[in-house]
Amino acid sequence: MATDPTISNLRLGRRDLFRYAGMGAGIATLAACGVSGEGKTQPTGTALKKQTTSFWDGKKKTGEVNWAQWPLYIDVGKSKGDHPSIDQFTAKTGIKVHYNEVIQDDDTFFAKVQPSLSAGQYSGYDVAVITNGIDFTRFLELDLFVPLEHSLMPNFEKYAGATYKTAAYDPGNVYSVPWQSGITGIAYNTKKVQKPLTSFFDLWDPALKGKVGMFADNEDLPNPMLVAMFGDPAKTGPTQWKAAAKKLNQQRTSGIVRKYYQQDYINALSTGDVWACQAWSGDIFQALESGATDLAFAIPSEGGVLWTDNMVLLKNIKNPVSSMMLIDWFYQPKIAAEVAEYVNYITPVPAAKPIVARDAAAASGSNKKTLQQIATSPLVFPTAADYSKLYRYRTLTNSELTTWNEIFEPVYQS
Amino acid sequence: MIGRLRSAGAPYFAILPGGLWLAIFFVLPLFVMVSLSVQTGNLITGFQQTFHFANYSHVLSTYNKQLVRSLEYGAIATVLCVVLAYPMAYWIAFFGGRNKSTYLFLVLLPFFVTFVLRTVAWQFLLGDQGLVLGWLKSAGIVGQNFHVLATGAAVIAGLVYNYLPFMLLPIYVSLERIDPNLLEAAGDLYATRRQTFLRIVFPLTIPGIFAGVLLTFVPVVSDYVNASILGGTGQTMIGNIIQTLYLTNSDYPNASALSIVLMAILMIGIFVYARALGTRDLLDAAAG
Amino acid sequence: MSQTQTNAAGGRLSGRLMQVYTWGIIFWLMLPIFVIIAFGFNNTKGKFNYTWQGFTLHWYRHLFDIPDLTSALLNSLSIAAIVTIVAGILGTGMGFALGRWKFRGTVLTELTLFANIAAPEITLATALLSLFITVNLARGYWTIVIAQVMFDIAYVAVTVRARMSGYDVHLEEASRDLGAGGLTTFRLITLPLLLPGIVAGCLLAFALSIDDFVITQFNAGQTLTFPLWVFGATRLGVPPQVNVMGTLIFVGGVLIAIASVLLSRRRI
Repeated sequence: MATDPTISNLRLGRRDLFRYAGMGAGIATLAACGVSGEGKTQPTGTALKKQTTSFWDGKKKTGEVNWAQWPLYIDVGKSKGDHPSIDQFTAKTGIKVHYNEVIQDDDTFFAKVQPSLSAGQYSGYDVAVITNGIDFTRFLELDLFVPLEHSLMPNFEKYAGATYKTAAYDPGNVYSVPWQSGITGIAYNTKKVQKPLTSFFDLWDPALKGKVGMFADNEDLPNPMLVAMFGDPAKTGPTQWKAAAKKLNQQRTSGIVRKYYQQDYINALSTGDVWACQAWSGDIFQALESGATDLAFAIPSEGGVLWTDNMVLLKNIKNPVSSMMLIDWFYQPKIAAEVAEYVNYITPVPAAKPIVARDAAAASGSNKKTLQQIATSPLVFPTAADYSKLYRYRTLTNSELTTWNEIFEPVYQS
Repeated sequence: MIGRLRSAGAPYFAILPGGLWLAIFFVLPLFVMVSLSVQTGNLITGFQQTFHFANYSHVLSTYNKQLVRSLEYGAIATVLCVVLAYPMAYWIAFFGGRNKSTYLFLVLLPFFVTFVLRTVAWQFLLGDQGLVLGWLKSAGIVGQNFHVLATGAAVIAGLVYNYLPFMLLPIYVSLERIDPNLLEAAGDLYATRRQTFLRIVFPLTIPGIFAGVLLTFVPVVSDYVNASILGGTGQTMIGNIIQTLYLTNSDYPNASALSIVLMAILMIGIFVYARALGTRDLLDAAAG
Repeated sequence: MSQTQTNAAGGRLSGRLMQVYTWGIIFWLMLPIFVIIAFGFNNTKGKFNYTWQGFTLHWYRHLFDIPDLTSALLNSLSIAAIVTIVAGILGTGMGFALGRWKFRGTVLTELTLFANIAAPEITLATALLSLFITVNLARGYWTIVIAQVMFDIAYVAVTVRARMSGYDVHLEEASRDLGAGGLTTFRLITLPLLLPGIVAGCLLAFALSIDDFVITQFNAGQTLTFPLWVFGATRLGVPPQVNVMGTLIFVGGVLIAIASVLLSRRRI
C-alpha cells in the first residue's frame, strides 16, 4: 500500500472538493431564497364576503371537472371504472367528470398540491376531498381553498344533516361540505377476546399482550386517547397531551402493542395477527363482506372520534360552477343512497336511509342481507344519541402543531 | 466524437450529456438542500435563512436511536446478503455454462413485479397463522405466541430479500471475469480446492464484494417500506423519520438536515471501508 | 489422481450442492410471486383479498376495468422505456469515458457518481423536489422521467465502467492498423466488447425504473405509476386485477427466459 494511488487521488480529490464546496456555499447562499414564506392569512367577515362575491361574479358553467378522490370511495358499476352516480350526473348536465383516485392520505396530497397552489398555478384538480384535521387547517391557513357559492348548492341546504352545517372546523360551510364521515373506534376478534371490548382502556388489557394494534398517525392515535381521558379534545392543552402520551407510551413499553398501523390494520385483524385494535367504522363492514369472520366494531364507552372527509374547491380552480354542480349533485337523497350502499361510511344525507331500506326490501339473496345491514346500522346512519358520544379532532393552530407533534410522534416512531 | 477516439476532447464529449444532467438534477438540488437545512420556520409563516446549525444537533440528538438501528440493520442485512449471494454467484459463474444469463434473469425476474406487492405477499406468508407458521405451530415446533412479523428479524429478512440481486450481480461479474485457466494452473501446482478458493478466487472478487456492499448497504439503511410493512413497534428506521418530517410535518429544514446527516454518515463509512480494503481506485473498486 | 483431477471430482460434488442451493434461493425469491399469482384467481366478493373464497377467472376477463390502474401501468412501462434509453446512452458515455481515458475531470466525475449511488434515495428525491418547487416546475410525467434518469445514470455508468476493466486498447489500435476508421472501430470492436456491460446496465436501469417508488412518490405530482397506485390501494383493498397484472408481467418474463435458453441451444 506504499504508493497507493488512491491516497494521492483522494488528496487531489479533497482539494477539488474544498474548491467546489466553496463554490457550492456561494450557490447555496443564493439558493437561500429557495423555499420562501407563504404567510398569508385567510380573510374573514366582510372581507371574505367581498372576496367570495368578486370571485363568483360572472363565472359560467364549463364542460368538465377534475376531481381528486380517495381510492374506492364511490359507488361502482359493472366494471371497476364505472361509477353510476357520476354517469347520471354527466347524462343530466353534460359535464364530463375526470375522476382521479390520487389521494392516499391528506399529508401526501397536501405536500403534492400546496407548492403549485401557493405559486398561483392550477393544481390539476378543481374538487378535492380533504379530511378535517391538520392538513385541512393548513390549507385554510395558507388560503388555498375557494369559498363555496351557497346559491349553487340548494340540495345541500335542503338535505344535509344539521350536524354537518355547524362543524367547528368550518362553521357555516364556507369552504367545504362533507363527502362521507367515519368513526374512529375499536375493533376486535370476537373469538379471541374473553369478553366484548367496551372501553378504550380495554386496549390496555394485559391479556392482550402483543396482540393490540394502534394507529401510527398523529391524529387518530392521540385524539381517541384524549377523548377517553378528558372528553372533548378541544378543551385540552399541552398538559393533558403529555398525560395522554405518557399513557400511550406505557402501552407500548409494557409490550401490549404489537404494531402501529397506518391503514393496513384490517389485514392483521382478519388473519389473527392482532386481536384488538383501533379501527375505522366502514372498514369492518367491508372486511366482513370480503370473507372475514368474527369481527366486531365498537364505539368506546368514553366516546369515539368522528372525522369527516370534505369536498373542497382548490385555489386557481378552472371549472368552479361545474364543480359546485357536481358537489351539490351528491346531496340528492337518491344519489347519496347509491353511494352509501357501496361505501358503507356515514353519509351526510339522513334522507338516504329510507331509500336504502327500500332498496333492501326490493333486493334478494345476499344483496338483501347486506343492504338491510347498511340501512339499520348506527355506523352508517347514527342516531342523535350516537352523535352525542362522538367528538372531533382537536383543531391545532400552527404553533400548537409543533408541540403536538413533539409530544405524540415519538409514541409511534421510536 | 466517435471518429476522434484519439482526440483530447473525446472524453469530455462523452461525459458531457450525463454530467450535465447530474449537475443540474443532482448536484444543484443538493446545494439547495444544504441551504434549506439551516433555515428556520414553518410552512405557514415561511422559511428564512438563519444559518441555524442547531438543526443538525437537534436531529442527531432526537433521532440517534433510529439512526443507529438503521445502520445496525444495514450491516446485518448486508452481511447476510454477501453470505447468501456468494455461493449462488459462484455456481452461476463457474457451472452455469450457456445458461448463465438465463439464471441471472431468473434472479431478477421477481423484481419486475412491484415490490409493494411482494412485500405484502411476505406479510401474508409470515402471518402468525399463515402458511409458514401455521403448520409449524400445529406441529408443536414453535410456541403459540411465536411470531415473525412485527420483529426486527422480519424487517431484516425483507431487506435481504429485496436487495439480494444488488449484491449478487457485482459479485457475479467479478467471478465471471476470472480466467478458468488460473484455477487449472493452481490445481497443477498442487493447490486444493479450498486453497484455490481462498488464495486465488476470493481475493480477485473483493472489488465485486465491495461494489455489492456499496449497492446494498446504502439503500438498506435508508429503506422504510420494509419496516413499515413487516416491522412492529421497535423497528422504526431513519427513512420513516425523514418521510414523516418531510411529508407529514412539512418540517423541511430538519428533514433536510437529517437527510444530509444520513448521506454524510454513509459516504464517510464507505470511504473508510474503501481505504481499509486498500482498493486501488475508488470507483474502479465500485465497478468491480 | 493429480491434484487437478481431485479438484475436479470434489468440484462436481460441491457443484451439485451449490446447484441445489442456487435453485433453493431462486425458489425463495419466487415464493411471494406464487402467492400473488394464486390470489389473482381468488373469487373475492368484497374489497379485500386476504382470504381464499374460491377459484375464478373473472379478473382475467375484466383486466382493464379500472382505468386509473391501466393508465398507471402504461405510465410505468412507458416511463421505464424512456428512462432506460436516456440513462443508457448518458450512462454508457460516462462509463466508457471513465474507463477509456484519464482526463482532468476524472476524479470529480467519479466522486459525483459515487455520491449519487451513496446518497439515500429519499435524499435524492427530496432534494430534487426542492429544486422543482423553487423553479416552479409542475410535477408530473416528465419530472418522474427526469428524476429516474438522474437516479439510473450512475448505475449504468458504473456497470459499463466495470466492463471496461478488461478492455484492451490495443484492439482499437490493431483495428486502425488494419485500416478501419474511427466509426467502424467503434461499431465493430468497441461496441460489441462493451455490449454485455451496456445490456446489463440497461437491464438494471429498466428494473430500477419500473419498480421505483421513493423518487417517484416525491416527484410525480398527480401522475400515477403502477407502484404508486398499488401502494395507494393497499388502504382500501388491492383489487385482484393488480395480482393478475403482476402475474402476466411475471409470466412474460418467464417466457422470455425460456426463449433465450432455447435460442442459445439453437446456436450450437
